[in-house]
Amino acid sequence: MRIRVHVTPRQGVLDPQGKAVAGGLRSLGFEEVGLVRVGRVIDVTVSGLTAEQALERGRAMGQQLLANEVVEDFDVHVIED
Amino acid sequence: MRFGIVTFPGSNCDHDAYHVVKHVTDQDATFLWHKETDLSGVDAVILPGGFSYGDYLRCGAIARFSPILEEVKRFADAGGPVIGICNGFQVLTEAGLLPGAMLRNQGLTFICEDAYLQVANGHLPWTGLCPETIVAPIAHHDGCYYADDETLAELEGEGRVAFRYCDRSGEATLEANPNGSLNNIAGIVNARGNVLGMMPHPERNAETELGDASGAWVFRSVVQAFLDGEVGR
Repeated sequence: MRIRVHVTPRQGVLDPQGKAVAGGLRSLGFEEVGLVRVGRVIDVTVSGLTAEQALERGRAMGQQLLANEVVEDFDVHVIED
Repeated sequence: MRFGIVTFPGSNCDHDAYHVVKHVTDQDATFLWHKETDLSGVDAVILPGGFSYGDYLRCGAIARFSPILEEVKRFADAGGPVIGICNGFQVLTEAGLLPGAMLRNQGLTFICEDAYLQVANGHLPWTGLCPETIVAPIAHHDGCYYADDETLAELEGEGRVAFRYCDRSGEATLEANPNGSLNNIAGIVNARGNVLGMMPHPERNAETELGDASGAWVFRSVVQAFLDGEVGR
């Protein structure tokens, strides 16, 4: 089982990387592009947990280390391999 | 006065800091390996610049798990003077010793240049002897200081902004802001004033061979504050 944590820049926090990528997409002809936020995906393999427990542990990991909540948001998904 | 300079895997300004403390301010200096669990009785701690733990995850995020950080926290809580320079500043925010966080520079590039700094509060242990402006090089990719509105208001209201990026005449203008930091912030202190974090490198402009040597005043200030009993455990 894997815990997948998506970390993205917090709403309202400037994301110059996302802005640059949005500009790049538009110049390629993707005129429909609005806002782009660039973040990261962290996969954590775990064992011995129920899906519910994994979700809870994943949230704790996000809060304590994987994201810096001053500037980042995160969400947690559980993937049953 | 005895300074301890913490060396993390990836620190690369530890020797510069050691050199300035020892040979410019004529104080004692010792290196503290990050695995150590005591500070060997030092009177001040320097968290130097570099790329601790390869900047993995986020700059400074992993260094906070180094055993010595617990001791640094205890030392800071007891009133001991601590300075985090560049990566050291990032470590201090990640460890919760200073508020806010560092974002990628607004222009997305790594910036390496001299920065003029307005001494926004010259009555702190680390700034007491500083002139109105000093020059210190910056060398960072993630130095855009960010804090939420409430934290920012608190820092400003309590005089906890130590340095701001400014132009040659000392004005903190938009054009003088190299990285997009809120309110041109280049350095802040904790509520008590004994813990300073700054992105620019005062140790790289502490001798006339390297510039106007105004960075040395940061170190001389804390020595004076220590001798005057204004800071220390």
